[in-house]
Amino acid sequence: MSGDFANLLADLKEDEVIKLTKQRLDSGEDPMKILEDSRKGMELVGKRFADGEYFLPELVFSGELLKQVTEIVKPHITETTSDAKRRGKVVLGTVAGDIHDIGLNIVDFMLDVNGFQVYNLGVDVPAARFVAKVKETGAPIVGLSGFLTPAFDAMKETVEALDKAGLRGKVKIMIGGGQMDDEVRKYARADAYGKDAMAAVTLAKKWTGAS
Amino acid sequence: MDREWAELSPGEKREERFRRWLSPPGFKFAGPGAEKGYKERATRFMRALKLQEPDRVPCILPAGMFPAGYAGTNLQTVMYDYDELKRAWLKFLNDFDMDTYMGPNLVPPGRALEILDYKLYKWPGHGLSSRVSSYQAVESEWMMAGEYDELIRDPSDFWLRTYLPRIFGALEPFRRIPPFTNIEEIAIMSFVPFGAPDVQASLEALAEAGRESVRWMAVVGEVIVTSLVAGYPGLMGGLSKAPFDTVGDTLRGTQGIMMDMFQRPDKLREALERIVPLTIRSAIASAAATGSPCIFMPLHKGADGFMSDKQFRTFYWPTLKKVVMGLADDGILPILFAEGGYNTRLDVIKELPRGAAAWYFDQTDMARAKQVLGSTACLVGNVPTSLLMTGQPSEVKERCRRLIETCGPGGGYILAGGANIDEGNPDNLRAMMEAAREYGVYK
Repeated sequence: MSGDFANLLADLKEDEVIKLTKQRLDSGEDPMKILEDSRKGMELVGKRFADGEYFLPELVFSGELLKQVTEIVKPHITETTSDAKRRGKVVLGTVAGDIHDIGLNIVDFMLDVNGFQVYNLGVDVPAARFVAKVKETGAPIVGLSGFLTPAFDAMKETVEALDKAGLRGKVKIMIGGGQMDDEVRKYARADAYGKDAMAAVTLAKKWTGAS
Repeated sequence: MDREWAELSPGEKREERFRRWLSPPGFKFAGPGAEKGYKERATRFMRALKLQEPDRVPCILPAGMFPAGYAGTNLQTVMYDYDELKRAWLKFLNDFDMDTYMGPNLVPPGRALEILDYKLYKWPGHGLSSRVSSYQAVESEWMMAGEYDELIRDPSDFWLRTYLPRIFGALEPFRRIPPFTNIEEIAIMSFVPFGAPDVQASLEALAEAGRESVRWMAVVGEVIVTSLVAGYPGLMGGLSKAPFDTVGDTLRGTQGIMMDMFQRPDKLREALERIVPLTIRSAIASAAATGSPCIFMPLHKGADGFMSDKQFRTFYWPTLKKVVMGLADDGILPILFAEGGYNTRLDVIKELPRGAAAWYFDQTDMARAKQVLGSTACLVGNVPTSLLMTGQPSEVKERCRRLIETCGPGGGYILAGGANIDEGNPDNLRAMMEAAREYGVYK
């Protein structure tokens, strides 16, 4: 049954997923088990995205299905269990002066389904907030997203701010999005440029020795 | 005149539009040199756009908001200070060698946007730091999932009473005015809603924004006339969009439209079809106002990676194609600007008839594009934006040389950037023109 649930979610069968969620709760099943299966379903979605079978619309819609399932299941959870074992922490955000988040959220999604603990700071994030979040979480990886050309300088300044705070040696920094490429990576003195969300996952795995 | 126009074939309409563009009726140039320069430049673009060999490869400098920073000011300042706007854009005109000139039309009047409390965009000093060199759209559900029927039934009414009140804070009271089509026969109650103090404040705000825009327009017009008189043609006669982007960018948002592709695909497709004639009408009006035969169409959500081939063919392409063909039928040549990559779309978009549109590519592989589209569409692009902003002039020139070698043969190519640059080394722009002159001559 759990395999079915994960597959139904990955196949984006909205009605069946919701129906089955309610059935499983009604039959007294452990709600945590449903969430675990949802997670497996999302992993399948991530895999299909990486394989070029799924695109942005499927990520968006599967995210919505997960939200619906979580909302139904949540009231039935009595004790909070600790998050599943995570591969590593990644601080993520769109740099200052840029408010685009489509690419940012894809990377968040893909890192998350691949087992990373993602701290997504959102858009137009000042360098100081990246610094503060890295200090707070001790994350060894920072992902800088940007869509437009003003992001070139903002990325450079963010890398410099991490350097000034004495964190540059402790973090690996990847950049990506819109007009970013390896030229910008050099300009900003980041460690790597990733052309898509799969590249972000590969880099994060490499840097955490989890490949 | 209009009847005559209606009787012309699409090809004749296009010839007529190009003819008027090459010799603007009743226009006085600064002198014979300026007139000759104008005709040479406009002819160069026209031949490339018609897939012929011009005297040499024409070049569009990807200047965007560049003139502001180049003149020592910034976008925030020129959005509010029209004297500075004029100074910066004229300085750029005077200091650079170019084939075409883009006036400050895309720098909006900041005060007009503030008067209306515009929420769809953020700009420097208004939601973005004052030193940011661009304005950016705020993605949100400006139209709700349940509102498709209202949009489809009467788009203008939906715009006026639902959409505009959401994106302009000052027009919020328009929610409470009745549909204009309710006004019939002897007007008895018709004007009562316009007597409400909040509706009157909205109308006042609109009038004030109108007065502000007229002040702005006078300056923009002066700059453009100056460039034309000096012999520099403007290429883009207006902006237009793919219907999918109209719904996805500014009505439902990316998240919303992608949900709709699964949850209400038929409504979405119906809405896209409904938008087609509105888009065509608006673009034809822009071209008439500016006298340029080309309409610039920035394309967003159909790029590589955004959706599958099937989704592109189902949701994005059919209505975009209708807009392109609707414009082509009226003699307009749309320049489709494919932001990001379009490598996976080449085999779909090649179905447009020869000469219907030009393709302006950002990050698409130009060698393949030339191979697939070279015999049917003029190609424009694509010196990488990052190279233009962070590279050396020699690297830029070298990249232009390679592009000209790849795309130039046989004509039908315009050298341009991938996207616009807003700052960076002015010599990198000069390197593009040098490359066009040195490597782009047809013998």
